[in-house]
Amino acid sequence: MTEDLVEEILESVNLHRSFNKDTPHLIINANQVLSSHQVDGLIMEPEELPDGVRARLRVKKGVKIGSPVHLCFGLLPERGVQHIIMDIQIEDEAEVSFMAHCTFPNAVNVEHLMEAQIKVGRRAWYSYFERHWHSEEGMVRVVPVARIELEEGAHFSTEFELLKGRVGLIDMDYLTVGQAGSSAEMKARIFGRQDDRIKIKEAAHLMGEGSRAALTTHIAVKNKARAEINNEIIAEAPYARGHVDCKEIIQDDGIARAVPVVEVRNPKAHVTHEAAIGSVDSKQLQTLMSRGLSEEEAIDLIIQGLLS
Amino acid sequence: MAILELRDVSLQVNSTLILNGLSMEFESGYVQAVVGPNGAGKSTLASLIMGLPDYRQYTGDILFEGKSIKNLNVDERARLGITLAWQEPARFEGLKVSQFILASARNKDKKEVDRVLEMVGLEPARYHARDVDKTLSGGERKRIELASILAMKPRLVMLDEPDSGVDIEAIDRIFEAIDYLKKDGTTVLLITHSPKVLEKADQAFLICHGTLVDQGKTSKIMEYFRGKCLPCPHKNVPEINSAAIVGGKI
Repeated sequence: MTEDLVEEILESVNLHRSFNKDTPHLIINANQVLSSHQVDGLIMEPEELPDGVRARLRVKKGVKIGSPVHLCFGLLPERGVQHIIMDIQIEDEAEVSFMAHCTFPNAVNVEHLMEAQIKVGRRAWYSYFERHWHSEEGMVRVVPVARIELEEGAHFSTEFELLKGRVGLIDMDYLTVGQAGSSAEMKARIFGRQDDRIKIKEAAHLMGEGSRAALTTHIAVKNKARAEINNEIIAEAPYARGHVDCKEIIQDDGIARAVPVVEVRNPKAHVTHEAAIGSVDSKQLQTLMSRGLSEEEAIDLIIQGLLS
Repeated sequence: MAILELRDVSLQVNSTLILNGLSMEFESGYVQAVVGPNGAGKSTLASLIMGLPDYRQYTGDILFEGKSIKNLNVDERARLGITLAWQEPARFEGLKVSQFILASARNKDKKEVDRVLEMVGLEPARYHARDVDKTLSGGERKRIELASILAMKPRLVMLDEPDSGVDIEAIDRIFEAIDYLKKDGTTVLLITHSPKVLEKADQAFLICHGTLVDQGKTSKIMEYFRGKCLPCPHKNVPEINSAAIVGGKI
């Protein structure tokens, strides 16, 4: 039974053929831990809750985890709530990358709530790639909240991708606080359709000298989908550097709003931002159409590029 | 035989006449050039032939292989075999070179991408996975655009200022690509104000202020670059045989 569920979850994210059980991983369906495997230096302590799972993950000091840690969070029934509480600690000079898949292939009314506390130690390295797989019904509500502390020289990168199926509602709220020499990169790529709602709030506070942050958000909305992006970088320390990049393509009756906030509290810090919202670029469109693509084919290719 | 014919084509934007009664015939299978000073209307002419949205309100007619294309959109004209390489190629964030080339290629095999990249002097292994964006130099983007056109195998290609913003090595590669196109039977229309580019043409048209001033063999039109015409306010045009201009056929 459990193996069948594992298979079903992996199949929904196209990993059923390539998945290796010896890979460090944690697979969860609703509030049930279906499978986990840890390797030397990686400690995973999942605990089942009435409506989800609390998981403590720790990478020990100086340990470099060679292959990505796979995290699969699924909710296979049509309805339900999944509450994931993550407490992640990457100790000094450790290195780890996560490959996360969140899958709701049959969702009719599903809520996926994620709360994460992440601490990346001195000169430690953390990267997290998260891909969402949703049904075409559009009744998924995704609310991820993450608070990230970066110690001196720590590196943190996260990339969120939601391109398959309907978004439903996503309400993301991430905040990094970086000490001296730390770096934070946050990327989000989302395609909203029908009446999807996309709300993203990413913030980076550059507290230490020479700390850096880059916030990149690429969104496409069509039909009656709406997107609201609030990206914020506050630079407090000398030689802190930050950049906010928000690009949104709208089609049909889609609505996009971008509010980049940059605040610099030290004369030796420097933060930039760029935001572009609008229809597909006419020169790109005309170039592809002059090669024989129809307008629809050309728009699809341009959006595919933006969200790649 | 003319692959493309303009019949008394005029275009007015607001109150300015950009093209003024142009009648021209472009012979099939040749490299031809449209030359003239800045503001002569050369790029406008290319945009109008391509059918770009801001250039559709012209009077007169354009015939491709004997049939009017006046009511055709850009993509419909492209599917007939007409295409345009822009003076400043578009950037496509996130779109890979191989995706960009395959989008226009007749042969969708990835080997086709290698073939056309080699034809423009770009090493396929280094460029397949690059984005067609600001990380490429202007010369690289021009060559990649030309590679996409080679993969498209058009009947008529207009190259707008093919030498602008490119280094000497890139120009040589672009000229080689023009030779490939000609060898494949593609009619090439060079839009230029450069004598070096004009040298590549078999025949040429000189336009100024939206009006056809002269046409003929490249050597004849080259004379205008030798101190007599450019910039060309008409007053210093060398002995034009006005009778030869009427009708606009080479």
